[in-house]
Amino acid sequence: MTDVRKAITQAHQEEWARVVAALTKRLGDLDIAEEAAAEAFATAVARWPADGVPPNPGAWLTTTAKRKAIDRIRRENKRDDKQKEAQMLYDDDPPEPLDAVRAIEDERLRLIFTCCHPALAMETRVALTLRMVGGLTVPEIARAFLVQETTMGQRITRAKAKIKAARIPYRMPSAEDLPARVSGVLAVLFLVFNEGYLATGPDTDPVRHDLTAEAIRLTRLVRALMPEDGEVAGLLALMLLTDARRAARVSASGELVTLDEQDRGAWNAALVAEGHRLVRERLDAAAAGLAPGRYQILAAINAVHTSARQVRDTDWSQVVALYDQLVRLDPSPIIALNRAVAVAELDGPDVALTAVDRLEDRLAGYHAYHATRADLLRRLGRSQESRAAYGKAIELTANTAEIAYLTRRRDQLG
Amino acid sequence: MQYFVSVIADGTELANPHEMAAIDAFNDRLRAQGYWVYANGLAEPSTATVIDGRGEEPVFTDGPFLESKEFLAGFWIIEAPNLDVALKLAAEGSKACNRKLELRPFHGPEA
Repeated sequence: MTDVRKAITQAHQEEWARVVAALTKRLGDLDIAEEAAAEAFATAVARWPADGVPPNPGAWLTTTAKRKAIDRIRRENKRDDKQKEAQMLYDDDPPEPLDAVRAIEDERLRLIFTCCHPALAMETRVALTLRMVGGLTVPEIARAFLVQETTMGQRITRAKAKIKAARIPYRMPSAEDLPARVSGVLAVLFLVFNEGYLATGPDTDPVRHDLTAEAIRLTRLVRALMPEDGEVAGLLALMLLTDARRAARVSASGELVTLDEQDRGAWNAALVAEGHRLVRERLDAAAAGLAPGRYQILAAINAVHTSARQVRDTDWSQVVALYDQLVRLDPSPIIALNRAVAVAELDGPDVALTAVDRLEDRLAGYHAYHATRADLLRRLGRSQESRAAYGKAIELTANTAEIAYLTRRRDQLG
Repeated sequence: MQYFVSVIADGTELANPHEMAAIDAFNDRLRAQGYWVYANGLAEPSTATVIDGRGEEPVFTDGPFLESKEFLAGFWIIEAPNLDVALKLAAEGSKACNRKLELRPFHGPEA
């Protein structure tokens, strides 16, 4: 029984996106594909415990889903548009130009690119990707983003309707659009990861492992489908090296533990090793002349941190050099803020504070800006100002572990 | 598949000669590549009349049907195989007329 349950869970993780993608391609309709896939998995849950797990679960699920879809189309055929639906149905695998790209392309990639289409709002892309590619249920996604189930259901329904009515194509982006579209997909995955890693809300766990795990799983999938893409590798490495520190990042009493105070022995060595391997792979590519993108540089920064056995072993000059490289690609004030944190270690808190203060007009509403200032002011002995900055940071933070940490720091000031 | 592309202007001034030339060049390309269905510019909103013919006698009201800071200044109807192609064309059109555009599919047979 537990073996069957395990097999179903595994099939769901491995086959869900493949079943949805195969049916969408076949039927040209994401909505029918999703419903049929869900019915096929429900049938598996009902039948496998008695009938046993089929030798090829993926094929069984695809066949079952296809039958469910055909049933639904037949039902609808009785109502309207007979001819067109029948044509769609009996046109098995229409012939396609068999150029090299198409031959190796996995159908799941089209699904991912469709769900992350730039004509959809960011929150819609996230919801659709988790539903269609990740196989999460609507209630699960609603819980993850703290919205009502009906709201999330409507968001997904509207998205499917727009994809159909506006004819968002179910295909790989053209070569010239590919880099921008890939970075759109990565932005969706990174957002899912960050919502898990920096979970917000008073009644929420400070780290939502379900979301970080799902983001990593989906990024692994994209990596498997696009092994040549450096930014995909970079994002996966970044997630792994970040997630590796999860256990050390929140204390037993639920307080955030900053990088310098973390128990490095509690880091997940396997994830660190895998992340480092990916970063090395990208360093080799960079040495061969391929300029790294932002995720690769962020991953490299995390690799420097995770390479240091003690915080004092950290190669801060390399961290700052990597941030310099990142600032050239992405002049956002948040990157500049993170760079300043590294500068404090290399050149001292006074130099860093000057850099941080320059960001005030753009980051005054961002909790990390005030938390960084508070820490620098504390190190400079400017307790009064530090206390005020901690206060502002606490006001602007929604993560419970961060609030606990900042409060303790503030209350330690004389 | 046909898309309706409306030109959103935040003022009532017409296209200047430079914009007009760019629009002409863009339209020529639409025609040459088979995307063109129709396009035209509209006279300013103050020339509009709202008609309600649902009652016994039709009622005519002077002016546009809603007061707004942004106006429909013109439109294209384009024929494109999918949204990706339509968006690319619309991005060029927006650059040519130097205004924002809104793109909507026509109500298709399947929708």
